[in-house]
Amino acid sequence: MDGGMKLAPNLVEVEDLTVRFVTREATVHAVNGVTFSVRPGEVLCILGESGSGKSVTLRALMRLLPPRRTKITGRMQVDGQDILSLDRGALRRLRGGLVSMIFQEPMTALDPVYTIGTQIIETICKHKGISRSAARARALELLELVKIPSAAQRLDNYPHELSGGLRQRAMIAMALSCDPRLLLADEPTTALDATVQIQVLILLRKLQRELGMGTIFVTHDLGVASEIADRIAVMYAGRIVEEGPVADVLRAPLHPYTQGLMASTVHGQARDQDIDAIPGSPPDLRRLPAGCSFAPRCRYATPECRASIPEPRSPEPGRMARCIRVEAAVHSFA
Amino acid sequence: MDMMPPSSFDRGGPAQPLLIARDLRKHFKVKGGAPGAVVRAVDGVSFTLFKGETLGIVGESGCGKSTLARLLLHLIQPDEGELVFDGDTVAEVRGISVNALRRQVQMVFQDSYSSLNPRMPVQDSVAFGPYVHGKSRSAARQAARDILVKVGLNPDLFGPRYPHELSGGQKQRVNIARALAIEPRMVILDEAVSALDKSVEAQVLNLLRALKANFNLTYLFISHDLNVVRYISDRVLVMYLGSVVELGPVDEIFSRPLHPYTTALLGSRPSMDPANRIEEPPITGDPPSPIDPPSGCRFRTRCPHAEPVCAAKPPVLGEWHDRTSHVAACHLHDPASGHSMARATVGAA
Ligand SMILES: Nc1ncnc2c1ncn2[C@@H]1O[C@H](COP(=O)(O)OP(=O)(O)OP(=O)(O)O)[C@@H](O)[C@H]1O
Ligand SMILES: Nc1ncnc2c1ncn2[C@@H]1O[C@H](COP(=O)(O)OP(=O)(O)OP(=O)(O)O)[C@@H](O)[C@H]1O
Ligand SMILES: [Mg+2]
Ligand SMILES: [Mg+2]
Repeated sequence: MDGGMKLAPNLVEVEDLTVRFVTREATVHAVNGVTFSVRPGEVLCILGESGSGKSVTLRALMRLLPPRRTKITGRMQVDGQDILSLDRGALRRLRGGLVSMIFQEPMTALDPVYTIGTQIIETICKHKGISRSAARARALELLELVKIPSAAQRLDNYPHELSGGLRQRAMIAMALSCDPRLLLADEPTTALDATVQIQVLILLRKLQRELGMGTIFVTHDLGVASEIADRIAVMYAGRIVEEGPVADVLRAPLHPYTQGLMASTVHGQARDQDIDAIPGSPPDLRRLPAGCSFAPRCRYATPECRASIPEPRSPEPGRMARCIRVEAAVHSFA
Repeated sequence: MDMMPPSSFDRGGPAQPLLIARDLRKHFKVKGGAPGAVVRAVDGVSFTLFKGETLGIVGESGCGKSTLARLLLHLIQPDEGELVFDGDTVAEVRGISVNALRRQVQMVFQDSYSSLNPRMPVQDSVAFGPYVHGKSRSAARQAARDILVKVGLNPDLFGPRYPHELSGGQKQRVNIARALAIEPRMVILDEAVSALDKSVEAQVLNLLRALKANFNLTYLFISHDLNVVRYISDRVLVMYLGSVVELGPVDEIFSRPLHPYTTALLGSRPSMDPANRIEEPPITGDPPSPIDPPSGCRFRTRCPHAEPVCAAKPPVLGEWHDRTSHVAACHLHDPASGHSMARATVGAA
C-alpha cells in the first residue's frame, strides 16, 4: 500500500477541477477551478445555492457524469488513486467500495423491484465476496446501526413500503455496507420532514464519527451545515469563494457572498424590517462575467473585481476567501 | 339575510373576519388501496382569518396544507364543512358564488411552471385575469404593466419575455403580479418561496411584505419553513395529519408552544450554531400514514407524554375568540381530560 507511505494525510485532494458541459448551442461552465481537500474522518460541507455546481463536483469525483458531453480537467485523488485515470474495473471497485454516495432521493439509489435486504446483501456479496448468510447477518446489523425499527422484518420490505425517513436510512445502510472510507452525500436530508431530518442528521454525524469516514456533504442549507460540518466550502457559480472551519465561517464570514447569504437566510430577524437580501440573481453559467462572478451583485465591487478572477487569499491558517477585500478587512481587525 | 353566521362579530366591517372555515373535511379515495380506504387529507379543520393579518400554516409534508388551500378556493369540493367569506357563506344559495370568491381570493403556488403559460409572454399572462374579469384589452394590458412595476420588474424589459427566459425569482414575481392583477383582498401563498434560493427568497419576502401594506391584503402563508413563517406571520396554525393541533399569535407559538408536536417541530430546527448542536432528536419516528391515522390524538404514537386517554378520545382545539387567542388540541391542556399531567392552559386569552 503506497497510501501509507505518503506524507500527504489527505483522503481527498481535488486541484483546479473544471467541468464543462458542451452542447451544440452552448457550453455550461458548471465547475470553474475548484480546489479542496478532505482529511480522513473529516466532514466537509459544500454549501451553495441552486446551480452553483455542488452536485457536479460530487459526481465528477465518482466519474458519474455523461462522458461524451462532459469536459473535465484538473486533478482528483481519493486515497492516493488518480480518479481521472482509473479504468472501468477500478472505477467499479471504487464506487461502493472505497467511496459511497447517498442522494437526496433514495429512490434513485434503491431498486424498486428488489427488497431492501436483497439489495444490501447483493452489494455486500459483490464487494466483499462473503457468503450470503454472512452478508444477511451483516445487512441486519446495518439496519440496526441506522436505527430502523424491527430491522429483521424490514429486510423483506420493498422500498415503496417504507416511509421517506426509513428509505433514507436504508440507503445510508446500503452506502455503509462496504465500509467506505469516503462518503459523498448530496442533500441527503433535504426531502425529509423537519422532525425526520434532524434524526437523520444526528444519525449521520454519529456514524461518521464512529466509523471515521471522511465525508463530503452537499447542502444549500446553512442550518444543516451548522449541524454536521467540520469545515465548509461556499460555492458560487462553480467556484469555491470561501472555505474554513464551520464555526469561524458562520461567526465571521469573509466573502461578501457568504455574508449576504447569511443575512438573507431567515432566522429570527425582526418582523417589522426588511431582510437584507442580495440583489439580483446568480449568473448564467453559459456566459460567466469576467472577473469575480459575484461582482455584479456585490455592494463592494470595484473595476478591479471585474478585471480578473480574485486569487484565493488566506488571512489566517485554515481560512480562505476569493475576494480582493479580504486581507485588508482582516488586518483592520487584528 | 336570515342566516347570520354564529359568530360574535358584526358582518362586514373591520371586525368581521375575512374568512371563517368551519369543520372542513376532504378525504381522497386511495387508488389501488383496500376498498373503502381513504386518505384523510383534511379532517375537520376550523379557523378564522382576520382582516389584514398574515396567518402562517405549518406542518410536515402530507399533513394537508395544500388540500386545505384548495378547499378555501373551492378548487376542490369539501366533503363537509362550511366557508364564510366576509360574512357570506360560499357556494350556498344565499351566499356568494365561487366565482365571486375567486375574484377576491388569489393563490400563488410553489411551482411557477404550472401556473404560467409557457407559450405566452408574461405580460399577457398577467393581463389575462383582469381581461377575464371584465376589463378591456387595453385596460387589462395597462393593469399588467402597472403591477409588473409594483413587483419590481420593468414591463418593457420583462413583459415581452417568455417564462423560460426568466430566473426562478423573476418567475415568482410574475406569479405574484398575476395574482394581484385582479386586485384580490386575500392571497393564499402555498410554499410560494420554498423553491427559491435563499438570496432570492429574501427579495420575494420583502416584496410580499411591501405589497401587503400597499394593497391592504390578507395573507394565508403556507410553508414548511418555520423561520420564514415566524418572520412573515402574525398568527400561526400548526397542522398534523389533517387536523389543527395549535393556533395562536406568532410570538406565543414560538416562545410558549402548547402542543408537544409544535414543541418537537420547533426543536427540530437546526441550531445555526456549531457550538450548540442538537444532540438528541426532539422526537423519533416518522409521521404515520394519513390513510389509517392513530385513534384519539393523531400525534400520540410519537408523543413523549402519551397516556391511554390519548388513544381513547381525540382532543379538541378549544375555543378561540380573537387574534390573541392561543389554543391547542391536547389533553395536557384540558384539566377535565383525565390525563395525569393535565392542567389549565395559561396561553388562552
Ligand atoms: N449533464 C448536464 N448537462 C448540462 N448541464 C448540466 C448537467 N448537469 C448539471 N448541469 C448544469 O451545471 C450547473 C451546476 O449544476 P449542479 O447540479 O452541480 O448544481 P447544484 O449546485 O447541485 O444545484 P442544486 O442545489 O439545484 O442541486 C447547472 O447550471 C446545471 O444546469
Ligand atoms: N387528489 C388527491 N388524491 C389522492 N390523495 C391526495 C390528493 N391530493 C392530496 N392527497 C393526499 O392528501 C394528503 C395531504 O396532501 P397535501 O398535498 O394537502 O399535503 P401538504 O401538507 O400540502 O404537503 P406538502 O408539504 O408535501 O406540500 C397527502 O397524503 C396526499 O398524498
Ligand atoms: Mg444538486
Ligand atoms: Mg403542499
